Amino acid sequence: MTPGVHCQEEWDALCRFLRLVVVGVARLGSVGECHQPPAGGSSSAVSDVFSLSFSPSLPCFPVSSDQIEQLHRRFKQLSGDQPTIRKENFNNVPDLELNPIRSKIVRAFFDNRNLRKGSSGLADEINFEDFLTIMSYFRPIDTTMDEEQVQLCRKEKLRFLFHMYDSDSDGRITLEEYRNVVEELLSGNPHIEKESARSIADGAMMEAASVCVGQMEPDQVYEGITFDDFLKIWQGIDIETKMHVRFLNMETIALCH
Amino acid sequence: MTYRVGEAHSMGFQVFVPFSPWSWLLLLVALKCPEASSDLNESTNSTAQREPNVRFAAAGSEPDEKISVFALDYDYVQIPYEVTLWILLASLAKIGFHLYHRLPGLMPESCLLIIVGALVGAIIFGTDHKSPPVMDSSIYFLYLLPPIVLEGGYFMPTRPFFENIGSILWWAGLGALINAFGIGLSLYLICQIKAFGLSDVNLLQNLLFGSLISAVDPVAVLAVFEEARVNEPLYMMIFGEALLNDGISVVLYNILIAFTKMHKFEDIEPVDILAGCARFVIVGVGGVFFGVIFGFISAFITRFTQNISAIEPLIVFMFSYLSYLAAETLYLSGILAITACAVTMKKYVEENVSQTSYTTIKYFMKMLSSVSETLIFIFMGVSTVGKNHEWNWAFICFTLVFCQIWRAISVFALFYVSNQFRTFPFSIKDQCIIFYSGVRGAGSFSLAFLLPLSLFPRKKMFVTATLVVIYFTVFIQGITIGPLVRYLDVKKTNKKESINEELHIRLMDHLKAGIEDVCGHWSHYQVRDKAQRIHRIKRLSPEDVESMRDILTRNMYQVRQRTLSYNKYNLKPQTSEKQAKEILIRRQNTLRESMRKGHSLPWGKPEDIGKKMFLPRRVGLIFRITHCASELFSLRPYPTNLTGTSGRRAGTKNIRYLSFPYGHPQPAGRDTRVAELTDNDSSDSELPSIMFKAHSRAGILQERRLTQEIIPMKSLPRGGKPSHFGYQRNTSQEEHDGRGRREALRPKPLFHAVDEEFESGEESGEETSAIRSRWSGEHRPTRQHHRSHSPLLQRK
Repeated sequence: MTPGVHCQEEWDALCRFLRLVVVGVARLGSVGECHQPPAGGSSSAVSDVFSLSFSPSLPCFPVSSDQIEQLHRRFKQLSGDQPTIRKENFNNVPDLELNPIRSKIVRAFFDNRNLRKGSSGLADEINFEDFLTIMSYFRPIDTTMDEEQVQLCRKEKLRFLFHMYDSDSDGRITLEEYRNVVEELLSGNPHIEKESARSIADGAMMEAASVCVGQMEPDQVYEGITFDDFLKIWQGIDIETKMHVRFLNMETIALCH
Repeated sequence: MTYRVGEAHSMGFQVFVPFSPWSWLLLLVALKCPEASSDLNESTNSTAQREPNVRFAAAGSEPDEKISVFALDYDYVQIPYEVTLWILLASLAKIGFHLYHRLPGLMPESCLLIIVGALVGAIIFGTDHKSPPVMDSSIYFLYLLPPIVLEGGYFMPTRPFFENIGSILWWAGLGALINAFGIGLSLYLICQIKAFGLSDVNLLQNLLFGSLISAVDPVAVLAVFEEARVNEPLYMMIFGEALLNDGISVVLYNILIAFTKMHKFEDIEPVDILAGCARFVIVGVGGVFFGVIFGFISAFITRFTQNISAIEPLIVFMFSYLSYLAAETLYLSGILAITACAVTMKKYVEENVSQTSYTTIKYFMKMLSSVSETLIFIFMGVSTVGKNHEWNWAFICFTLVFCQIWRAISVFALFYVSNQFRTFPFSIKDQCIIFYSGVRGAGSFSLAFLLPLSLFPRKKMFVTATLVVIYFTVFIQGITIGPLVRYLDVKKTNKKESINEELHIRLMDHLKAGIEDVCGHWSHYQVRDKAQRIHRIKRLSPEDVESMRDILTRNMYQVRQRTLSYNKYNLKPQTSEKQAKEILIRRQNTLRESMRKGHSLPWGKPEDIGKKMFLPRRVGLIFRITHCASELFSLRPYPTNLTGTSGRRAGTKNIRYLSFPYGHPQPAGRDTRVAELTDNDSSDSELPSIMFKAHSRAGILQERRLTQEIIPMKSLPRGGKPSHFGYQRNTSQEEHDGRGRREALRPKPLFHAVDEEFESGEESGEETSAIRSRWSGEHRPTRQHHRSHSPLLQRK
């Protein structure tokens, strides 16, 4: 078909990826502002096909073709040339071992809410599409976006973070969950006792309560941080400039929400 | 004899008379004395009138006379004496400056210092006094400069710095070069015009002048930025410039001085220029290299100082200084070395040294640099007033103009380029602010003042031009940049201080690093995170080094200093944990004492300490949390919205999330039993430890358990959803009465006290004593572990 396709797997991945794009567009319904097409010059098959079939008319692709290519290579490396990644595969990432919230990160990859596959539960394995979906949470925000898009993007990113806290997917970060996260965060430090971590979580929770609810009735109980409260807490931080990963020093990055 | 005394007296008096109107001025005291002593040189001094015999014994030239009981030798102490007075005067001026609240917002502190210096200079000039030779080349480079640079490097906000390192290096490095050469070359062109009478200033001298005048010192700007809370990248650009600019200018300056010296005897060949360029690179890179090495050495050494923590600050300072000196010995850039050293060791040192040493280091560093800078500024003021000036309109005006033009060119050109590579480019507004923040300072003046007169016959003109540029930028730009920032409405960071944000951002950082690990990319977050993994020293002894490296790496992960609060002159006021403890202990004592006296509610009584030290109930707990958090995150102490007035409100009314056991109503019947238990447990000596340590909190635990059983708590679902345990605090009045006495005695509850209670809720049937032993048993090892925080030593 397309000249230059070297191996079947890659082509499979590409098909999946195209499907993802279509699905993504369908799901989005509206067409966002599209960015430039990916720059040419890459001789690889993926990018050829990409530039053929997805010239500027297609909006909103998370990352550019070079990045996808890169990510796909990485995906294969992680999965050991399998079509899907399982949790165990993440054990192969040596750098991840030192990360105190390692388990949370790995879990986020399999979280159905992040994968947009359901409202709770964990997937057993993820394929490249899913991998890309997760990665797409870490796009930088484009400066050409209008305010509304920025807000949407921001919300998406925050939702991802929220899901990292809310492990039982009940829509609330309860104190237990919060403590859990804080303990993990601080687990890298041997000097900090567990209970200090807890008192921090408790203090943070209390602060969240005072920020989000304000005056409370005497018999009112703050049950946990909801997503709205979470947004409130994040109000001051411009996450859109912070939560992004430079997958590569890429030229253009199209956006969607 | 009497005649001589009278004469001496009158001479002394003559000197005093003209200045008597000003005699309230502190400084005059210092100036009058030398005046007097030099005039009355043949006799000892004028104050010896009370003991004429003694004075004459000293003044008379008979060697076998008695030893003088009272004598004065001002010349001996003159320099340190006057320097001390200068610093003191400057400090007093600063105090006055900050007492009036609106003033610091209006003008930068350097303005004040310069004004004070000019006043001193005027006095010195008016009295024909000779100012002490504080500044000469070796003093400046060996003693005054290093503290300033060290302070900049040590208080660098590491994280945002490395996030923007590309742009910073690009801007600070190239910017300084463009400015230096641009100004130098265009001034050279001006000098070619015969009408200005500048034709004897050659190219090298112009370039040298360009290099020294391009050393910006935007500390005043940083203070403005901090107050206006401008966005982080912009702040970091200026900070990076402040940090690196000095180094680059000084390197350039030294190389050009060398060229000038050489030029005196022979012509400069192209080879020499090439060699100069190579030297520039080597000097810079070599300096950084030295700094990093010394930084790691000192970081390593501080790992073993936990038993002699008194020398911890010493090690930090000595190694920084050593790196400076070692680099200078090899003609490398000591400034870059000491900066790199500070940056490298800071993170590790902060982890290794004790809390008090850390505070000492911080304050001492601030103090040293502030002293250096004060001295330079005052000296600048002093040398402003005097006859050492050569006013050349053309040169001065063109210098001023070129400084602005070249700064504009370098800013807009360099940021145009670097914006191409940035995810979030600098806006035009940002660039305007950067352009406008080119405030010159102590560095430029010192370099100009230290020009060797033999090589620069027109040194006076250079100094004058430098002074004019400094005065212009410090006073006009420094004062107007605040309004400009507000007017342009630069993008701001609205940073609040909250534990939640800290936690979330921390989580996000780890998440980003993790995602990058998963992607297998090496982007700049990772450079930031993992730069220090490169130095794996596997040579020494395998096991120890292994564990040490782990700790270092973990430390990397653990705390990222986020002190954006860079303030050259002040440290943030901090309430240390110790203070908090002390307050609480004292309060506790007061309470107990008032209990003994039979007051039921101690805070009803106007006790002396109780009144003063009384704090909202939750403060203890907040302090504890704050302390933990600031330990972990190096947060500044908690904002007042929790500890302050609203804290009081929140503690009693606002927050229902966690209820605090002290609020639990207790039926009077149980009260006696609880009292027994608590009295046994919390004996006087034990009380503080109950309050502040996790160990031996069993007393409270028991008590609270009892409480918990009694309170009718519908809203405490024990098993299923543990986090909903917001106990109610229905403080009904009849219970309140019975509780009053106990509440007074009960120690401050802590959060973990609540936690433990909650956790052990299911075992409520057990004997309390058993629980107590269990808890204490559990906590003791933790404490030990905490105390000796070196696994290396533990192993031995």
